[in-house]
Amino acid sequence: MFSGLDFEAACGEALAVVGPNGSGKTSLLRLIAGLLVPAGGSIGLEGGEAELTLPEQSHYLGHRDALKPALSVAENLSFWRDFLGGATGNVSECLTAVGLGHATYLPAAFLSAGQRRRLSIARLLVVRRPVWLLDEPTSALDTAGQKLFVGVMREHLASGGIIVAATHTPLGIEARELRMGGGK
Amino acid sequence: MTALAALIRRDIKIALRVGGGALIGVLFFLTVTVLMPFAIGPDLPLLARLGPAILWLGALLASLLTLDRLFTADHEDGSLDVIVMGRTPLELACAAKALAHWLAAGVPLIAATPVLGLLLNLDAAATSAVALTMLVGTPALTFTGMIGAALAVTLHRGGLLLAVLVLPLSIPVLIFGVAASQAAITGPLSFGTPFSILCALSLVSFVVGPFAAAASLRHGLD
Amino acid sequence: MTLIDLANPSKFLALTARALPWLAGATAILLLVGCYQAAMAPDDYQQGATVKIMFIHVPNAWLSMFVWGVMSVAALGTLVWRHPLADVAAKAAAPIGAAFTFLALVTGSLWGRPMWGTYWEWDARLTSVLVLFLMYLGLMALWRAVEDPSRAARAAAVLTLVGAINLPIIKFSVDWWNTLHQPSSVLRMGGPSLDKAFLIPLLVMAVGFSLLFMTLHLAAMRNEILRRRVRSLQMMQASQQAA
Repeated sequence: MFSGLDFEAACGEALAVVGPNGSGKTSLLRLIAGLLVPAGGSIGLEGGEAELTLPEQSHYLGHRDALKPALSVAENLSFWRDFLGGATGNVSECLTAVGLGHATYLPAAFLSAGQRRRLSIARLLVVRRPVWLLDEPTSALDTAGQKLFVGVMREHLASGGIIVAATHTPLGIEARELRMGGGK
Repeated sequence: MTALAALIRRDIKIALRVGGGALIGVLFFLTVTVLMPFAIGPDLPLLARLGPAILWLGALLASLLTLDRLFTADHEDGSLDVIVMGRTPLELACAAKALAHWLAAGVPLIAATPVLGLLLNLDAAATSAVALTMLVGTPALTFTGMIGAALAVTLHRGGLLLAVLVLPLSIPVLIFGVAASQAAITGPLSFGTPFSILCALSLVSFVVGPFAAAASLRHGLD
Repeated sequence: MTLIDLANPSKFLALTARALPWLAGATAILLLVGCYQAAMAPDDYQQGATVKIMFIHVPNAWLSMFVWGVMSVAALGTLVWRHPLADVAAKAAAPIGAAFTFLALVTGSLWGRPMWGTYWEWDARLTSVLVLFLMYLGLMALWRAVEDPSRAARAAAVLTLVGAINLPIIKFSVDWWNTLHQPSSVLRMGGPSLDKAFLIPLLVMAVGFSLLFMTLHLAAMRNEILRRRVRSLQMMQASQQAA
């Protein structure tokens, strides 16, 4: 897909991966997330918890929301909190933070695309992970949702987190650009 | 441990709610069993002789057909990516999903066996023998079937292909399941021998199934 | 009062709220009288006291088919006339029909037990009822498989009508299959030769059970309407933006 790519991101830094369709942005994120096996090269996290791998310290927010329509909003979120483990937060506080407090006990099937995206963002909040890998995170969000998400990302960076986001639209935060495609 | 318990609880909840497929397996089992006498004829002694074989075949097909969606559902909505990245070893997560599937779809099959035994003219001893062998043997079906379910994610195909892949793997379970039930009903073999082999098959599948499924899933995500 | 008036769910709820207590009362009285008469009826010279199972079995067997008829009419209502309550009626009837069919199976098997020596014989009548039971279960599974009731309604309506056309064919095939293998069944209901002492309690029980079905069906329809209201309220709540 691509080769000769070398980059790094420090604590509190956001990296925006940009480039045309098919340049391998999603593949890059999935490589970092450990969902694809690299043909060569290495990816690593310096510092962090020594006995955990990079994927185990990362959140991956893909195109799909990882939600079950048959479960309620709270059930979806508490499942991910219990399954992912580590340092966790309060489910109802996180739901309120993403503007889904009113829908806590409703089935996730009733949510709109933007609300589903908000719920998957709540997953990033309820379980603490230093590295966030975001693939087109704002595509389904309305203006209010985008603004909310910018705040969420700022807070994460301020607490020393790292964000790697593949995006077409400006993220709305200070971010170093990594341009892909075009002869690489 | 909480992670695995959460996964099991979630899968059982989904299986039992509207849109979940847990009870359709039982219905399929019931229908297949009722169909048999129409092909064989309403000859009660003959049905009693074939009963354990019919019940085992029905349970085998029912548990395989419901396995189809074990991993593909999670793959389609993106949950599988998050599960793979989690701190729980993927092998354990796979085992938990298979256990949840067995609890939601396999146990109802065993619970339905006495009723179906009645239809096939099995007496109480024969029915309990079949139910006991199923209790021990159906986990083996689920845990070998999950390998096929994991391959279905890689191949982007389920359904009949899954059945073709997995059915040959389940032949030993079928042989010793039916043999143990027949031994309990008519003899002359002792019940213990085939039954212990059936237990052994289940135990082996507990180890092989999760590892094979996890390996297949790791390489199958794209 | 026409069907059009009933199309309004609120009117339907108001009307049934008034009618249900009366229906339930009439059902209870008829069933009590029927049970008393059935208990007082003489024993059969051949079958002894087991013949009294008939008073439960026959009404249930009759209702098992009647309910499918009700669902078929409702299915036409859904597909042809698009009556808003038709799919509510169809959905509410399925579990009740399945329950009556199940009772017909159980009582039939208990009735046959002294004569056959087993609880189950692949007798033509019972086997047809068993197939009907499976079809009810399949229909219920279809209703459960689709989360959106109005989408499930079309599919269920088609299946119900196909079932209604197929049931006589199935019945004929099962009869043919059965006579191929063994002589005619033990469960005979000599229509005209039935003694008056049996006929009157049987009729009372049949009417009682039919009223029971109406009561249960109306109550189940009310529940279904309320369930759908809850559902749409939930959807409204979900679409609300957080303040």
